[in-house]
Amino acid sequence: MKLIKKMIAVLAFVPVFALANEGGYPLDHAENRTTDLPALQNGAKLFVNYCLNCHSASAMRYNRLRDIGLTEDQIKANLLFTGDKVGDLMKNTMSAKDAKAWFGAVPPDLSVIARAKASGAGSGADWLYTYLRTYYKDDSRPTGWNNMVFPNVGMPHVLWELQGVRNAKFVEAEDPHEHGKMVHTFAGFETVSKGKLSETEFDSEVTDLVAYLQWMGEPSQNNRKRLGVFVVLFLAVLSVLAWRLNASYWKEVK
Amino acid sequence: MAFVEKKLPADAPVAAKALNWVDSRFPLTKLWNDQWGNYYAPKNFNFWYIFGSLAMLVLVIQIVTGIFLVMHYKPDATLAFASVEYIMRDVPWGWLVRYMHSTGASAFFIIVYLHMTRALLYGSYRKPRELIWLFGFAIFLCLMGEAFMGYLLPWGQMSYWGAQVIVNLFGAIPFIGPDLSLWIRGDYVVSDATLNRFFAFHVIAIPLILLGLVAAHLIALHEVGSNNPDGIEVKDNLGPDGHPVDSIPSHPYYSVHDIFGVTVFLVIFSAVVFFAPEMGGYFLEYNNFIPADSLKTPPHIAPTWYFTPFYSILRATTTEFLYVVMAAVVGYVSLVYLKSKLPAIVKAGIAALGLLMIIGMMPFGLEAKFWGVVLFGSSVVILGALPWLDQSPAKSIRYRPEWHKYMFLLFGFAFVTLGYLGIQPPSPGRERLSQVCTVIYFGFFLLMPWWSTMGTFKPVPKRVTFSAH
Repeated sequence: MKLIKKMIAVLAFVPVFALANEGGYPLDHAENRTTDLPALQNGAKLFVNYCLNCHSASAMRYNRLRDIGLTEDQIKANLLFTGDKVGDLMKNTMSAKDAKAWFGAVPPDLSVIARAKASGAGSGADWLYTYLRTYYKDDSRPTGWNNMVFPNVGMPHVLWELQGVRNAKFVEAEDPHEHGKMVHTFAGFETVSKGKLSETEFDSEVTDLVAYLQWMGEPSQNNRKRLGVFVVLFLAVLSVLAWRLNASYWKEVK
Repeated sequence: MAFVEKKLPADAPVAAKALNWVDSRFPLTKLWNDQWGNYYAPKNFNFWYIFGSLAMLVLVIQIVTGIFLVMHYKPDATLAFASVEYIMRDVPWGWLVRYMHSTGASAFFIIVYLHMTRALLYGSYRKPRELIWLFGFAIFLCLMGEAFMGYLLPWGQMSYWGAQVIVNLFGAIPFIGPDLSLWIRGDYVVSDATLNRFFAFHVIAIPLILLGLVAAHLIALHEVGSNNPDGIEVKDNLGPDGHPVDSIPSHPYYSVHDIFGVTVFLVIFSAVVFFAPEMGGYFLEYNNFIPADSLKTPPHIAPTWYFTPFYSILRATTTEFLYVVMAAVVGYVSLVYLKSKLPAIVKAGIAALGLLMIIGMMPFGLEAKFWGVVLFGSSVVILGALPWLDQSPAKSIRYRPEWHKYMFLLFGFAFVTLGYLGIQPPSPGRERLSQVCTVIYFGFFLLMPWWSTMGTFKPVPKRVTFSAH
């Protein structure tokens, strides 16, 4: 009892600015493109180009990408960079020690990140979608970047060239819950320099990347749902037959 | 006596001859007939009576899926998490086996809770079925241990920290606590040593005990015969063939009835496995997709949903609540002395125990954490005492006073509320509510010797209530 209270009390000291643990930055809803093969392939391209340098996806094999419509040759030609073979797992070469020294934390493995980030506030995809789009310039941070969903994150804004550079505006506003108390509140982003993509284009690219991460979290998910339809239908028919068989026997019982 | 094999005519089918060979050496046909084929059960079973056979089905599902999982799982702290993902991705149909096992675990508890509800409704634990209930209670304890140990195996954040919290609870026991925790863990914190031993317990030790207990549970049942929704003893009314007039042979009637029950269960089970295996984070917790990190405590550690009612009782036991418990102990001992017909020595024993508890709960005594563990354990153990707590003249809820139904509903509401509160992070309001529900929970059981006899009972019929299908 006391131990649990102690552990929770310790975490209350984690600085989360004005955002309470329960509240958090509201998550945007990510459009579900996990059955859209071109989107998944685009997401795979973005993932290998932007994420795989620091992060690993050590449960994911390169050749599993065949499930999203790529041939082994296409994978070898476009997505294999490090001398890995196409049947290898997506490991990375950055050592944990180096990562800790450079970023302050080891970049987590992304194999099941879309499953891990789910919560009451939204699905894992929603979290990732909002996270990747709410970076802002912050010179007080070692990387020069900060994030609305994950305050003081060690990861820089990898997609900055696509989205552009933005500042976050903070104002002193009255706390809606406590009358009279002034609180540091987020008041929107302002563009510093434009990126290669427009806002809608960037959002679409991130949606593709998030769809890929969702798919990679459980590559058999589409297969599972497809099979499920047949299984449940079959069992439903079987139950009806079992029901009538049962009824026919029980007619004899007086 | 010389060995005599029954001789079948020369033109008898091969199958009959083979069965004859076996029957002369092993009581196969006799077993089948005694245990199922010719085993008579009351004909008025309703929906609540399907859960026993469903529990057996889920036990088989867990064992078979478990065997296939163990072929690929690696019980090593550095390899476990990755091996589960290997099963999900690289083992053909591994994802299906994994989801069946995780869904099966939650399904097992839903079924077992409903199975116990049936016993509560119809007094299935009353004499002469106390031993069936006690074996069942032991099965429930083993099941909780099995689930707890199994949950550590994926080695996710919730696996690790949940185990850490619960094993640390044993540290609250005076004198032996810290050493006991060390012995269970095999290390000063949950580590690879803990994983290895929990693996051994989960895969073979507890399943063996469970199989033995299930056999004992069924043997005890077949010895006295099943209860029924009217709570009457069908063996009191035998027909000319020697079987109870209100009973029917299990085969074919309950074979075909249970097959129907199984197919309906499989529809629901498959719907979950194929379309919602995570069940919103309740069957597969989101936090458990993060590998265990001994340096990062999750902001909110909650046990799996099936443990939450008891966990709530643990959390409800604060230092302030101990005063309520002390008052309740005083009240209860007085009630036992004034209003019970127990022998004097038993009353004296209860009074002594009460006195020890009150001294122990004083500010100078043992801390609330210890009493939390005591209440946590007692909330489970009190189930075992039901056959002796329930003094109702009628076994079944059907013939008890109407207001007894509301007592059951109140208990059910308290249990479900405790469960819900156990999932939420703590807050002052929730703490108060869980304390109220704890009082209701224990009150329901401890006051049962009195309230179960109160009110106007309806006349219990001689024959079961059955309408032709």
